[in-house]
Amino acid sequence: MTTDMLGQRVKRVEDQRLISGRGRYVDDIKLQSMAHCAILRSPYAHALIRGIDTSRAKAMPGVLDVMVGADIPYNPLPMAWPAGGSAGLQNNVNTPRALATDSVKWTGEGVAAVVAETPEQALDALEAIVVDWEPQPAVVDAEKATQPGAPQLHENAPNNIVFEWSVGDKAGTAAAVDNAEVVVRQRIVNQRLIPNPMETRGDIGLYNPGTDEYTIWMSSQTPHIQRLLLAAFVMGVPEHKIRCISPDVGGAFGSKIFTYADYPIVLLASKRIGGRPVKWIEGRRENYQSTIHGRDHITYLEIAGKRDGEVTAIRVKTFANLGGRLSTIGPGIPTTLYARVLAGCYKIPNVYAEVVGVYTNTVFVDAYRGAGRPEATYVVERAMDLFANEIGMDRAELRRRNFIAPDAFPYENPSGLGTASGGAKIYIDSGNYEPALDKALEMAGYAGIEQAKTAARARGKYLGIGLSSYIEVCGVAPSKWIGAVGEGWGAAMWESANIKVHLTGKVVVTVGTQPQGQGHETTYAQIIGHELGIPMEDIVIQHSDTQGTPFGYGSYGSRTSSVGSTAAIKAADKIREKARRYAAHMLEASVEDIEVEGAEYRVKGSPDKKKTFQEIAFALDLAFDAPEGMEPYLDETAYYDTPNCTWPFGTHVAIVEVDEATGQVELVRYVAVDDVGNKINPMIVDGQLHGGIVQGVGQALWEGAVYSDDGQLLSGSMLDYAIPRASWLPNLELDETVTPSPVNPLGVKGVGEAGAIASTAAVANAVNDALKPFGIRHLDMPLTPQTVWKAMQTTKGAQE
Amino acid sequence: MIDAFPSPELEVPTVVAHVSLTVNGKQREVDVEPRRLLVQLLREDLDLTGTHIGCDTSQCGACTVHVDGMAVKSCTMLALQAEGSTVVTIEGLAPVEGLHPLQAAFWEHHGLQCGFCTPGMIMAAADLLARTTEPTDDEIRHAIEGNFCRCTGYQNIVTAIRAAAAAMRPGATAASAG
Repeated sequence: MTTDMLGQRVKRVEDQRLISGRGRYVDDIKLQSMAHCAILRSPYAHALIRGIDTSRAKAMPGVLDVMVGADIPYNPLPMAWPAGGSAGLQNNVNTPRALATDSVKWTGEGVAAVVAETPEQALDALEAIVVDWEPQPAVVDAEKATQPGAPQLHENAPNNIVFEWSVGDKAGTAAAVDNAEVVVRQRIVNQRLIPNPMETRGDIGLYNPGTDEYTIWMSSQTPHIQRLLLAAFVMGVPEHKIRCISPDVGGAFGSKIFTYADYPIVLLASKRIGGRPVKWIEGRRENYQSTIHGRDHITYLEIAGKRDGEVTAIRVKTFANLGGRLSTIGPGIPTTLYARVLAGCYKIPNVYAEVVGVYTNTVFVDAYRGAGRPEATYVVERAMDLFANEIGMDRAELRRRNFIAPDAFPYENPSGLGTASGGAKIYIDSGNYEPALDKALEMAGYAGIEQAKTAARARGKYLGIGLSSYIEVCGVAPSKWIGAVGEGWGAAMWESANIKVHLTGKVVVTVGTQPQGQGHETTYAQIIGHELGIPMEDIVIQHSDTQGTPFGYGSYGSRTSSVGSTAAIKAADKIREKARRYAAHMLEASVEDIEVEGAEYRVKGSPDKKKTFQEIAFALDLAFDAPEGMEPYLDETAYYDTPNCTWPFGTHVAIVEVDEATGQVELVRYVAVDDVGNKINPMIVDGQLHGGIVQGVGQALWEGAVYSDDGQLLSGSMLDYAIPRASWLPNLELDETVTPSPVNPLGVKGVGEAGAIASTAAVANAVNDALKPFGIRHLDMPLTPQTVWKAMQTTKGAQE
Repeated sequence: MIDAFPSPELEVPTVVAHVSLTVNGKQREVDVEPRRLLVQLLREDLDLTGTHIGCDTSQCGACTVHVDGMAVKSCTMLALQAEGSTVVTIEGLAPVEGLHPLQAAFWEHHGLQCGFCTPGMIMAAADLLARTTEPTDDEIRHAIEGNFCRCTGYQNIVTAIRAAAAAMRPGATAASAG
């Protein structure tokens, strides 16, 4: 009998090629007669383009072609989530063109592209292009950009406002705030981040003049969506004439979901030079200036409640910086994915959020790991600490007091997730928050923290502890709900899988999802092996090529394990059912009498009368003896549209020490208790949590994309942008509670983003706690030594 | 507003220089432009694409290889500076059919996710283990602080390097690499 690997810590199928240097990322692909592309980017944050002289560049050695904006016959890039556009809200959409024509809106926007025999020749030729710029005043701060007199980016967007959107009960929340015993107010900045996958983006475009077909290799999370968007919205080419392939993808974290200008550029370039393939590989500095950034909110927060610890209202006004033009789903992040989950895991009866989306002279902002939910968690978890401190209640106790009760599920969230018209609701499927909190506090030694603080003081350190209790929305999403209240999201959200069983019993599974390091080739094989009772070694998982895989919406929003896996299980159900029917035929029994255990199909009551999966596959492939009406071969496809999202939760606890003399913050311990439901592969789940937690810690302590007032990206390279390093981190201490999701057959929830959603608030709360003796109430991130030291000096030392 | 920038003289000299070096045990003779970096020579001229490029400021370490026994970021060296050197890349760390204990330990302990930083990370770790047989976690973390990983939070990388060190110590059995 085959060992069932579902739920086991199985070593990954992907790793053999990756540890031996035999992975295949876009830049590793060399095609015959391949040419190379480089893109000239604006040195100004805001400027008019008076003219571009490419004549000298065209004469440079090896140069095959030079394109400017006027040479691009395509539409601007699409924007697929207008955030309330369908509800008639103000919504001023401006998206990038493949190359800018009249003006540039951020430092790094592309204005010309060179195609040459070698990458070096292409870069050399960029230097010979002369652009006649007319610089304009710039604005980089979202709040300032909305004020009178601010530089204006787009004629159709007065005061640089993309949209003004709100959710929740405005009057009811106002009344709750006005009548509350206690109201705490705080301005909170969630700073701009750069996603930093270790592989930058890159593409190879190939036009075949013989068939009029386009192929693009792209480091993307969404090859199927990119084919659709490029065909129908950008290039006007029939969808079946474009093929998108994502080979090994070297990390993404959301930044590779979107439609980027270089996709149409390399495809058009290949066509213009007669069908030679054209490669473009993004440099790191280029990545910082032309691939999306994340977060960048300024929030005015009010939290209200009673002195006994009952929180009655939360109200925010958030300015969301969306950059110089809109990325593919930029407006959806600070609206649907942020404000609708603002109350987190708490039963807060009055919630009102007002969000202003703003254009500034910065790189466009879109989904970065967690996408909206880390921003929401940061707001509500800082709010809980501020409120607890205000009323003098223990911070853990305040959280416990306000948790949604375990018997309240399914729970309708007051900030709007359940307020759909047409009955298409989503609701928080399940939860049991207190055990996770208790376990985390126990592990962290919360009860003895005052002694630890005293002991640290003797060493010249200020110790702080921070909590973050979070929920996440995973497994996006029911298409019906998206259609009804998705704030204008322009797509469905189902997933797909096809299973083919070869004559030898070996199985090929093709899926519509697309991994970027999550180990899908392993986890899908664990699931299919479990479903069909066959060894993982007999299964191969194929993905990421629009030719040969069923359409899928791709991998982001922690949706593959819940939505994609369920599609695969449904396909396996169909395979098993057909095999069962054929087994009945082979064994001369009725279908109802065939019972299946693992790979064995046998007649009830006659255990000797049986066929194996492999025997059935063999016979059904040859079809010498197939019954009337039964098609040969085992080949089934399934599509799955989830009835609800899934809702992981947990509590993270950070302990930090702040150095009295330098303001240096050391993360001393980090405890995470997460409930992600059942696990397909606990080893991979741990790895996702580790990585997510460290990205969130990075935001709290070190990371930040910084612009000068005139729009130059000062943190413009890895020299200046502080990516977490191994030596800055402790070993993370993980544990779990397990509340299976009722939404899908595996009871899984998703884990790709949970770490990043929880950890930023935990660490920031810990640092603010450490600084309480200085009378410091709130410091904005990143909590660098400079920020912390300056704050300590301003308050003239500890007040106790 | 601006009529034109002064026209720079941008004619690139087509000088070609010659490099002789040993890569993964084989003598290689390569003609390069003088500005070619070692990492480009490895990837473009020798098709050794396991060595990756993750930044352009020598921060990330994805391009780490061994030059004359030392871990080097191959984007910081001109190809010409490797004249006469012995270079080992991830492809040459173990025989084609086998795995170095570090590779086995990264696999066993889930020390990689997207895999992009992995070759450089393993080469940096191999350099550490050539100098130290019993590194502490602290020493491991410092040894790889010039190598960025954005997926793993480093935790399982540290575990893997610790396990590989144990497996490589004299007297350890091959099986303990896991």
